[in-house]
Amino acid sequence: MEYNQELQLTFDAKTESTRDGIGKGMVKLGEINDQVVVLCADLPDSTRVKEFKEKYPERYFDLGVAEQNMAGVSAGLALSGKIPYMASFGVFSPGRNWDQIRVSITYSRANVKILASHTGLGSAEDGASHQALEDIALTRVLPGMTVIAPSDSVEAMKAAIAAASIPGPVYIRYAKPAMPIYTTEATPFTIGKANVYTFGHDITILSTGITIASAMDAALELEQQGISAEVINVHTIKPLDEETILTSLRKTNCFVTIEDHQVMAGFGSAILELVSKHMCIPSELIGMQDSFGESGPFDALFEKYGIHKNNVVSAVHRVLDRKKL
Amino acid sequence: MNNPFNFSDQQLIQKARELRIELIETLSHAPSGHTGGPLGMTDIFAALYFNILRYDPQDPENDERDRLILSNGHVCPILYVTMAHAGYFPNEELLTLRKLNSRLQGHPWNRALPGIENTSGPLGQGISQAVGMALRAKLDKKEYRVFCLMSDAENQEGQTWEAMLFAAKYHLDNLIFIIDKNNIQIDGYIQDVMPIEPLDDKLRAFNLDVFQMNGNNIQDIMYILPHALSQIGNRMPKIISANTILGYGVPFMENNFAWHGVVPNHEQAAEALSYLRQ
Repeated sequence: MEYNQELQLTFDAKTESTRDGIGKGMVKLGEINDQVVVLCADLPDSTRVKEFKEKYPERYFDLGVAEQNMAGVSAGLALSGKIPYMASFGVFSPGRNWDQIRVSITYSRANVKILASHTGLGSAEDGASHQALEDIALTRVLPGMTVIAPSDSVEAMKAAIAAASIPGPVYIRYAKPAMPIYTTEATPFTIGKANVYTFGHDITILSTGITIASAMDAALELEQQGISAEVINVHTIKPLDEETILTSLRKTNCFVTIEDHQVMAGFGSAILELVSKHMCIPSELIGMQDSFGESGPFDALFEKYGIHKNNVVSAVHRVLDRKKL
Repeated sequence: MNNPFNFSDQQLIQKARELRIELIETLSHAPSGHTGGPLGMTDIFAALYFNILRYDPQDPENDERDRLILSNGHVCPILYVTMAHAGYFPNEELLTLRKLNSRLQGHPWNRALPGIENTSGPLGQGISQAVGMALRAKLDKKEYRVFCLMSDAENQEGQTWEAMLFAAKYHLDNLIFIIDKNNIQIDGYIQDVMPIEPLDDKLRAFNLDVFQMNGNNIQDIMYILPHALSQIGNRMPKIISANTILGYGVPFMENNFAWHGVVPNHEQAAEALSYLRQ
């Protein structure tokens, strides 16, 4: 496996949730930027803004269970100069306040950062009502919205901090399960810049968010089968790093995407929209295939709903077969 | 920061008449939009922009300015007409209302024109934004006041009540809501579509400081608004139930919900102007 040494990745099998990374990032950000305020709809512990709340109580506001008002108040704070981060579960925000995010935040170009925890199947035992599997679709269609899905806890910490340094609305989706940490403090993180983890020439595997582990495990298995995969962590879904993605695709001429989200209108669809303007190559999208989830252990859910490394491996074989045609 | 006009009551009455005339001319040129609500709120707009609000149209981003948040965005023709008269842009630009490439969008957009504080249209959204702006003033110890104009039917939106809870919790006494209480919404009378009464009691139960005024009487407006403002410091958000008449000033439009979302044709405009010029 040819790893990208520039990224200084780690493979020591340590795990942590992206929500824990967000929590650490918010505390650091609170320290370095006194214009940052945090709003939360009764979920400071679950969304991990609790430490910010305890450290900076004068800059923390609990809205109660009122996500629509949270979006509007955040917009008002942003339009008068603050940098509000508003936190809830993805199913409620943007699930329940999409109109407010659309009009009060994105159309108004309000500098609001949206922290969406419990996205994807990672809400596991809570069941389908609490598994946000549509939020990438809901946010990436909004003009001017930046959409980020950090792949591990260290990257999540950097994303939380970096969001304050770009003007305009930013959506960060993160999750509950402890997942392998590949990035380190030294790994570069720039919003809008994808990171190539492994260099390969047979196929490109594009991942966003916590599915990077499935992608990396699949690449290892594929290597044993004599297939060289280029794995790219596309943490920023919008705007896409077109240059990095297209450079890889021009080399491999086929790809598989993986996401913890509906494939319809999600990350894979965003890649297809890009590719359709430049090339005509075989591909397959891994993710939720137009169904809701259910309660169960997170690993078992990934397996049942086809977001497992085995699904990546078999999709790669199908795509490579089509490439030979 | 002061009001750039500081008009007397008599001057405000004259200004309201001029605004109504300009409004009818603007709407009949558009020719689409809302007529009844803007006519009903004209006196309140005149009082705010020509006496109460502290602002400078030459320096619309000045951080010390009072914020005027329009939550019932569909009445924006009267906002545009008043802003033009206050010096934000030339009156001739009013003729671009709702036209392609215009800064005067069918519902207001904060990025279109300096001086428009918020984007609105979907009801309830301005209320939360006003709350956010008032909260920011408290955080940064700013003296500006936030005035939020809203409709009575807006109290049918759940978001409105979420925002009221928040305003009371954080003691936003620098926030003044003015409800355009004309008892009419697009599909009929409020008590028929979805009753909201007893509204004042509900607002009091939400820990708001409630006032009433006749929103079509300059003397009453100029008594109640300063009175409400004198209560800043009492740790309660203010809300003024302004009784208004939809279509006020044009007899054949008054209290007729058919005039909520339409504009006068050429003859109707001429007739309306003849009443307003009397």
